Amino acid sequence: MSEADNAVSIEKLVKRFGDFVAVNAINLEVRKGEVFGFLGPNGAGKSTTIRMLCGLLTPTSGGARVAGYDVSRQPESVRQNIGYMSQKFSLYNDLTVIENLRLFAGLYGVPASLLQQRIDWALDMANLKGREHLITATLPGGWKQRLALGCAVLHQPPIIFLDEPTSGVDPISRRRFWDLIHHMAEEGVTVFVTTHYMEEAEYCNRLALIFRGAIAAVGTPSELKRKSMKGELLSVECEALGKAAEILQSAPGVMDAAVFGRALHLVVRDATAAIPQLEKHLVDHGLGTVLIEKIQPSLEDVFVSLTSAADSGKVWES
Amino acid sequence: MSYTRFLAVARKELVHILRDSRGLVIVLIMPVVLLILFGYGVNLDFKGLPVYVYDREGSQQSQNFLKRFQSSEYFDVVRVVNSYPALTASLDDGHAKMGIVIPWDFSQRLGERRPVHVQALVDGTDDNTANVLIGYAQAVVQNYSSDIQLDWLRSRGQIAQPALVSIETRTWYNEDLESSAFIVPGVLALVMSVIGAFLTSLTIAREWERGTMEQLISTPVTPFEIMLGKLAPYFVIGMLDVTVCALIAIYWFDVPFRGSFGALLFSSALFLIVVLSLGFYVSVIAKSQLAASQMSLLATFLPAFLLSGFLFSIEQMPVVLQWITRVIPARYYVSVLKKIFLKGTPVASLYSDLVPLSLFALVVAVLATTSFHKRLG
Repeated sequence: MSEADNAVSIEKLVKRFGDFVAVNAINLEVRKGEVFGFLGPNGAGKSTTIRMLCGLLTPTSGGARVAGYDVSRQPESVRQNIGYMSQKFSLYNDLTVIENLRLFAGLYGVPASLLQQRIDWALDMANLKGREHLITATLPGGWKQRLALGCAVLHQPPIIFLDEPTSGVDPISRRRFWDLIHHMAEEGVTVFVTTHYMEEAEYCNRLALIFRGAIAAVGTPSELKRKSMKGELLSVECEALGKAAEILQSAPGVMDAAVFGRALHLVVRDATAAIPQLEKHLVDHGLGTVLIEKIQPSLEDVFVSLTSAADSGKVWES
Repeated sequence: MSYTRFLAVARKELVHILRDSRGLVIVLIMPVVLLILFGYGVNLDFKGLPVYVYDREGSQQSQNFLKRFQSSEYFDVVRVVNSYPALTASLDDGHAKMGIVIPWDFSQRLGERRPVHVQALVDGTDDNTANVLIGYAQAVVQNYSSDIQLDWLRSRGQIAQPALVSIETRTWYNEDLESSAFIVPGVLALVMSVIGAFLTSLTIAREWERGTMEQLISTPVTPFEIMLGKLAPYFVIGMLDVTVCALIAIYWFDVPFRGSFGALLFSSALFLIVVLSLGFYVSVIAKSQLAASQMSLLATFLPAFLLSGFLFSIEQMPVVLQWITRVIPARYYVSVLKKIFLKGTPVASLYSDLVPLSLFALVVAVLATTSFHKRLG
């Protein structure tokens, strides 16, 4: 893979806030035209990384190139080539839809000849036609997010950074927003998106799992599911789930156990051999009517498996 | 510097101002309210001060003496009481600012050409008023005294010789010694401070608080464009407010205007650059609206109020304070305003104020520009 194929390349990037290491020497490459997901719990260092990539925070050490420009030394060239949507909705609430669009078109230096066309495009994309003169504060959450995306891509940047773009938005709007992201990716735009929703991560071409400032794994969702698990995954369904978890945690051959909704997920070395043993183990402990089956791991399982290595007590919240 | 980006910021800022009713009130109504408040409310003229009299003699001569007070525009003999306690009570309850006691042998002593002591009790709670009052009273008595002297000399057939040396005063610039003429031009400095520093400090701190700054600085807009774009609408508003205030001063308060309007606008523009940049600088440091508003009031409004010479004469301040006033930009602006309004000093002779003002404008503008970085945290 040559350097020129990368939209973003990060090398040993570090950000410290006093004693706290927010981002710990991460390396990462994002290829042109891909939807790259940055997945991790709150406080893992997602926003800090994205802010450094947008030139909003100065790295403590290490560096990154975005669209071929160094984020520390050429932040203005970086800004000209990116669109950024911050985590918190941060358009101007007291401006109308069209005023916000005109403002960002002006800030990005969209030439007058293209202005109307780009604004029409953004209104169309965000499904805000006919709502140009509504005050932004009065828009529902999903519409605001689409408007913010519209504002961030008015100048047709080759790369867009979206920091938790769908947090606090209803599921239908969230789905629509991801359709927009894919639509842009089809047009060749590189999308770097952070999220802590596991199901959203499945929509990404490639993912990086970040935990406590370090990258735990990188790959396509299916690669991660195949390669990142230490063993095979079993799902256990029974009535006294809490008690079963307690019992199975220490059962022979169980590498990991975590509660997922109404089932218990176990990591074992060999699923076929483990199922009868575990069934017997539960019955011996007075738990009947158990259903144990081998399942395909979800990204959530991958994440729990990866992070439990680093921190066995930490429970991943989805 | 991109004109498109500057214009985008300026236009958005104007919409913020026009859409925020509180901001609009400050921008449009506050200047007029301040002008009226200070134009009418702060009256440093002492006219018709209430005087109570205890005339223990009640003779023709004591009446003549009191008429001197009554005919002076500074005094208003409100009541003649007939006991000393009644007189002191009038001072106690504030009905009188001064009580005059005429002794029972007033005319007798005058007839015998012996000195007479008339007692004046003065309410000294406000030392300034008391001093002025005593001065006025002494002048009235002095006149009366010398008139009696002359009458006496005339009655003895001598050539009446008035005092050989007398002073003929002519008051310049503020001929009628109206305090509104003295105060109202200075109010412009206050108005500019509020519009300039207070409002701008809020608008930038607000962006940090609401998180919009993060989105703003993720675009290619430069710090200088942000500053210029944010300050431009306030500059225009400030200039409009100066014009409106000047017109009210001239046509409503009858403050004389002898200089050129161009000089007024030019020096106001300089002062605006100072306070706008100061407001911007403060908000960059403060990053919260509350802190910014307090800092900007401390940095501009209070000095403009107390140390600019707008109300309190700089010459009468302690020497240390006089030195401090030299670093108060409002001092130079107030000085210019008074010269333009009352003296009609030509622009070329205003350099002693305009040069320091320009220096301030330069220094604070550079400070503001260099302090603002497009970085979080």
